[in-house]
Amino acid sequence: MDGATYRVLDGCRINKDKPLDFWFNGEKFTGYAGDTLASALLAYGAFPVGRGLKYHRPRGIYTAGSEEPNALIQLETGGRTQPNLRATQVELYGNLIATSVNAWPSINFDLWRVNDWLSPLLPAGFYYKTFMGGGVATGRWWRLFESSIRRAAGFGKAPSAPDPDRYERMNAHCDVLVIGAGPAGLAAAAAAVKMGCRVILADEQAQIGGDLLADDREINGAPALDWVGATLKTLSKAPDVRVLNRTTVAGLYDDNFVIAVESVGDRNGPPAPSQLPRLRMWRIRARQIVLATGAHERPYVFPNNDVPGVLLGHAIRHYAGGYGVVPGRRVLLGTTNDSAYRTARMLSEAGLGVTLADSREAPPPSLVEAVTRVGVTVEVGFAISAVRGSRRVCGAEISRILRDGAVASAPRSMEADLVGVSGGWNPALHLASHRGAKPVWNETQACFVPSNLTALGIHAAGAVTGVGALADCLDQGHAAGRAASKAAGKIRRTRKPVIEGDDVADPVPLQKIWAVDNRQPGGKRGKAFVDLQNDVTTRDIALAAQENYRSVEHLKRYTTLGMGTDQGKTSNVIGLALMGQQTALEPEAMGVTTFRPPYTPIPFGALVGRDQGELFDPVRETPMFDWHVANGAIFENVQLWKRAYAYLKPGETLEQAVKREVLAVRNGVGIMDASTLGKIDLKGPDIVKLLNMVYTNRWDTLKVGSARYGLMCREDGMIFDDGVTARLGKDHYVMTTTSGNAAIVLAWLEEWLQTEWPDMQVFATSITEAYATTTVAGPTARDLMSSLDSDIDWSNDAFPHMTVRTGKVMGVPARVFRVSFSGETSYEINLPARYGMALWEALVVRGAIPFGTEALHVLRAEKGFILVGQETDGTVTPFDVGMGWAVSKKKDFIGKRSYARKDTARQDRKHLVGLLPVNKSTVLPEGGQIVDDADQEAPMAMLGHVTSSYWSPMLNSGFALALLKNGRNRSGDTIHILSLDGNADEARVVDPVFYDKERARMRG
Amino acid sequence: MQRYSIFSLARNALSGHRNWPQAWRSPVPRQEYDVIIIGGGGHGLATAYYLAAEHGVTNVAVLEKGWIGGGNTGRNTSIIRSNYLWDESAAIYEKSLKLYENLTSVLNFNIMLSQRGVMNLAHNEHDLKEMSRRVRAIRGNGVDSEILTPAQIKQLVPALNTSKSRRYPILGASLQRRGGIARHDAVAWGYARGADAFGVDIIQNCDVIGIRRKGGKVSEVETTSGAIKAKKVGVAVAGHASVLAEMAGFRLPVDSHPLQAMVSEPLKPILDCVVMSNTVHVYVSQSDKGELVIGAGIDAFNSYAQRGSWRVIESQMSALVELFPIFSRVRLMRTWGGIVDICPDASPILSKTPVEGLYFNCGWGTGGFKATPGSGWAFAHTIAKDEPHPINSPFSLDRFISGALINEHGAAAVAH
Repeated sequence: MDGATYRVLDGCRINKDKPLDFWFNGEKFTGYAGDTLASALLAYGAFPVGRGLKYHRPRGIYTAGSEEPNALIQLETGGRTQPNLRATQVELYGNLIATSVNAWPSINFDLWRVNDWLSPLLPAGFYYKTFMGGGVATGRWWRLFESSIRRAAGFGKAPSAPDPDRYERMNAHCDVLVIGAGPAGLAAAAAAVKMGCRVILADEQAQIGGDLLADDREINGAPALDWVGATLKTLSKAPDVRVLNRTTVAGLYDDNFVIAVESVGDRNGPPAPSQLPRLRMWRIRARQIVLATGAHERPYVFPNNDVPGVLLGHAIRHYAGGYGVVPGRRVLLGTTNDSAYRTARMLSEAGLGVTLADSREAPPPSLVEAVTRVGVTVEVGFAISAVRGSRRVCGAEISRILRDGAVASAPRSMEADLVGVSGGWNPALHLASHRGAKPVWNETQACFVPSNLTALGIHAAGAVTGVGALADCLDQGHAAGRAASKAAGKIRRTRKPVIEGDDVADPVPLQKIWAVDNRQPGGKRGKAFVDLQNDVTTRDIALAAQENYRSVEHLKRYTTLGMGTDQGKTSNVIGLALMGQQTALEPEAMGVTTFRPPYTPIPFGALVGRDQGELFDPVRETPMFDWHVANGAIFENVQLWKRAYAYLKPGETLEQAVKREVLAVRNGVGIMDASTLGKIDLKGPDIVKLLNMVYTNRWDTLKVGSARYGLMCREDGMIFDDGVTARLGKDHYVMTTTSGNAAIVLAWLEEWLQTEWPDMQVFATSITEAYATTTVAGPTARDLMSSLDSDIDWSNDAFPHMTVRTGKVMGVPARVFRVSFSGETSYEINLPARYGMALWEALVVRGAIPFGTEALHVLRAEKGFILVGQETDGTVTPFDVGMGWAVSKKKDFIGKRSYARKDTARQDRKHLVGLLPVNKSTVLPEGGQIVDDADQEAPMAMLGHVTSSYWSPMLNSGFALALLKNGRNRSGDTIHILSLDGNADEARVVDPVFYDKERARMRG
Repeated sequence: MQRYSIFSLARNALSGHRNWPQAWRSPVPRQEYDVIIIGGGGHGLATAYYLAAEHGVTNVAVLEKGWIGGGNTGRNTSIIRSNYLWDESAAIYEKSLKLYENLTSVLNFNIMLSQRGVMNLAHNEHDLKEMSRRVRAIRGNGVDSEILTPAQIKQLVPALNTSKSRRYPILGASLQRRGGIARHDAVAWGYARGADAFGVDIIQNCDVIGIRRKGGKVSEVETTSGAIKAKKVGVAVAGHASVLAEMAGFRLPVDSHPLQAMVSEPLKPILDCVVMSNTVHVYVSQSDKGELVIGAGIDAFNSYAQRGSWRVIESQMSALVELFPIFSRVRLMRTWGGIVDICPDASPILSKTPVEGLYFNCGWGTGGFKATPGSGWAFAHTIAKDEPHPINSPFSLDRFISGALINEHGAAAVAH
């Protein structure tokens, strides 16, 4: 594109020796290092860069910072594309590619603009009132309109490929965190450093200095930027000070936990240098916080105020002073306060024609005189009442204005191609709002200011408190820095430094004008936008009031005011004030909506850091994992563990493998990696007391060297875990849990020990990872174990079922449990984890067949042993699963009381039963619902469900376990199991023990 | 009540939309009502609406501490579904979904019900078994539910990473096509407008500070705007139910926790159904405005402050990006918190209480929005008849004595 003809000044932020080419909407532009995308574009004039959400009217750059409502762009393409960035915050880099969002087919010709002409039919909330036809219950109309509304809304596009960039997280602590590095923040940081504090100073801009960068201010009689430089130097020399520029503090949480996002690799454009992350998420814990976040200028509202070329007055000064850009030749500034006079002077001195319309009847004479002297025309008592133009400002009107914003005269037409509007300042109190601090109304400054912050450990300073004068900002900054340091416990006598601002005039308070009500004859009509991003007009607010959507939250939700990506930074206060006018309430009584984290949007990736892909969750592997991988194992995820599900030989199907493994255990000897079982070491004199309370059965009689199975229930009497606990010594036990519940059971024990029974002397320690556990099971298990070098007597007499022995196996200290989940003779050998693989390989060499979890499940189901989480689901008591024998009547335990409850004591609850399909070759569907009558209408009377179902190689039939209403009394009945295709399988109710009912095999 | 339609919209356009009536009035409270509903959220307003519409009880006031729809009604992720495991839950949530399906037309207020489907992902063997059981039970109850293969999932939600090599690969999913989302504020406003048209008084900015009783029977509600007599009082104040119960002199078995939700910046359409994962622990949908609406688990601590902790947000973002890697550069726009009341069995209480004439509707935990119409409908019946409808009798307070709990801990689509 030709001619950056609006770059008329030098600009302290840019380096004219470093031109940078970039692409916007397919056209080539040139800017300079130090530019933002917005400033570089404005150098070519204030042309449309986006479209409004609802009416798709052309929109231009409106602000110079994070409050920008209009200039949302899609940056870059493919996997690196970033939707909805504010051009005002994108630092320019070479060959940057940006496109406008929300325009179809293009920014210059947008078909959705039709909404603007249809707007009489589209008032606020119109969609609540229509699209309802299409007949009851069909919602056909709505479905049609919804897809169209979805396409029209939505701004930018999500990337189409995974993110190639990297993000990092950092944790930091400090005594004082200063948020905002303008004059107040810098003064606060300097004061805190002097007090000996660890300080972090964070600012969202690339350069430190805040508002001082926009201006030719003076501090102590010298250029203000000299003071900024000197202060930064002091900070850099101090120990324990971190200055984070390009860092947006995005959220404040309880106890001054702070979230901040630093742009790192991003600033030079993609790809970020490989050693750098794109963004760095700072998680800061600050003893005290200085809130020096400044203020956002707000406009006042008038018809057609959305035309490109209408900017906030302060933004015009920012672009002129910082970047040398003034996107117009003939400037009209409208103001209600003193702040526009600096802008007027700067532009006039640069040779532009400037008219300043000050709505006040009596602005400070010294200010008026000073700008008149440099050629500015000041129109006292006037406000901008309309703008002409559509794609670009091509003129304006000003009118004499009354106190409430009503127009008192016929408009005067003005030549103008650039319009700046200054309606006052809104303190950037969003972060205080995150902590729940309610803002209070400051009538003099006509703004909400944060309040009651000290109790939260926050100290506000500068424009965020509502002050405007530089001297006040510097003073407050220093005072806040000291106060924060003291509150952080750093008390040191220091001398107050001399920092003096250059404020001259005695300020005259601003005039409260929210919207210019342009109803004079001849006045230009048009939409007057309050929220530029969401296209909320003054009429929408009036409608909301009329329909009684009057609370600020209803206003927001009904009109979408402030619900955009800018969270209404330029619109909220005006909107609620206008609602207040409609309902005769002062802003104070209206209140504000609560600002929510984050202050500005954060890419998800920055929150995620490296916790994705392989690092999303840690993988827990057992000591024998590599062997499993090398020998055809397929794995299942059990919590974080990878468990071998089955070992597939070449050419073998899963069913074949499981059958082979089951038969190996039934007929010979199999081995299983049971290392994932939770193991909790218990020590102390009160273990029996604890066990008696957490398990349903009795533990008083367990001898050293013996083991016992236990059921653990919640207070409601429902099973939540089971396992074997063995007594290793007088005051030493080891408890095993299911693999999935290891941590939960430990937490359960701790909860009771710490909160209810602090007098019990028991230490519970997780030792799961310390041991490799191999289960050796099968009729020849004893022979296999006896073949190993060991000092343990494996004979059934010396080492019977449900006992534990310690000794040496292959020279390694071992704990061996004689327990069985398969129903066969079975040993669980626990060795220190690093020896697990050696034992495993030795057993394989001796002919043991590895079996996985699926074979184990078949084996245990044939025995009718429950699997917690499969036969139980938090609604099953020990009695329900036929394990009343494990519930003691002689002692108290957690859950006992519940068995006396009417429903829990019912005899016809769902009971664990066995099912044998009538057609033996059927394997019933797990989860299948059981009914008596498969032909009934829904909702059906469902009597229970199939909890486990397998093919049994021993029975040569499918078989299942199920929970069935009154099941224990239904033995022999035929029931039906519904399948998803509408059919049903028949099955016979049987005892849940299918194999070796006498338990001879596992005891033998 | 002026009916809303494209015609009334056009007619009002001619007068510059200056003649629309109030959606509901803001009257001064009377001295006495037949029924006072405490809590002007969706459940309270729906209760008032059905009291008037179904039972002819119109001398009703809804008292709201702040602005109507401002509690969990305005803070949820607007998901609607009825795919619950247990018969009792299926009955009430399905009743609710059925009412939702007609609600726009019944209330003459577009609640923007979008039945775009709710998908629950399965990532491991246990998930698959659970899903199988759940889908079969749901279908047995006459509610729609189906099982999808990974290929079908990819087709419906192309943005999902269905690669087998993920840490938690997607092995399958269940889908309730009739599930979806609705505009949550509109549900509150639609019920408010409908109730108001029957003469129900909606009193905002009216904080209840006491519940007076005479001889074991409720008599009066003390508020910041004075005392108001009432024959019956229904309480529907999610998040603060236990506070109100204490005013009435009894305790509820509920725990109050913060639950956070969040939205991304608006994007062009990228996600056409609701996706939930319990194992990777997040749920997400895309609003009509284009925002990704995201939620997950509660904060573990008890609190009445409507804000949670950052850690919870980080972990659900990790989960989201794990499922949808292309969302990594999408930006988080706004987060917020609400307070949820959770019962020991994660099922609600819709019940008479130890105080005669006082009724409680609470304990919906993280899932109250989807239940709004059904809950209001059943609660209205309970208040009008002084006895629960068969649909909500399983949700009575006495189940915590009898032990007839309805354990839906696993049923929240994500583990809350």
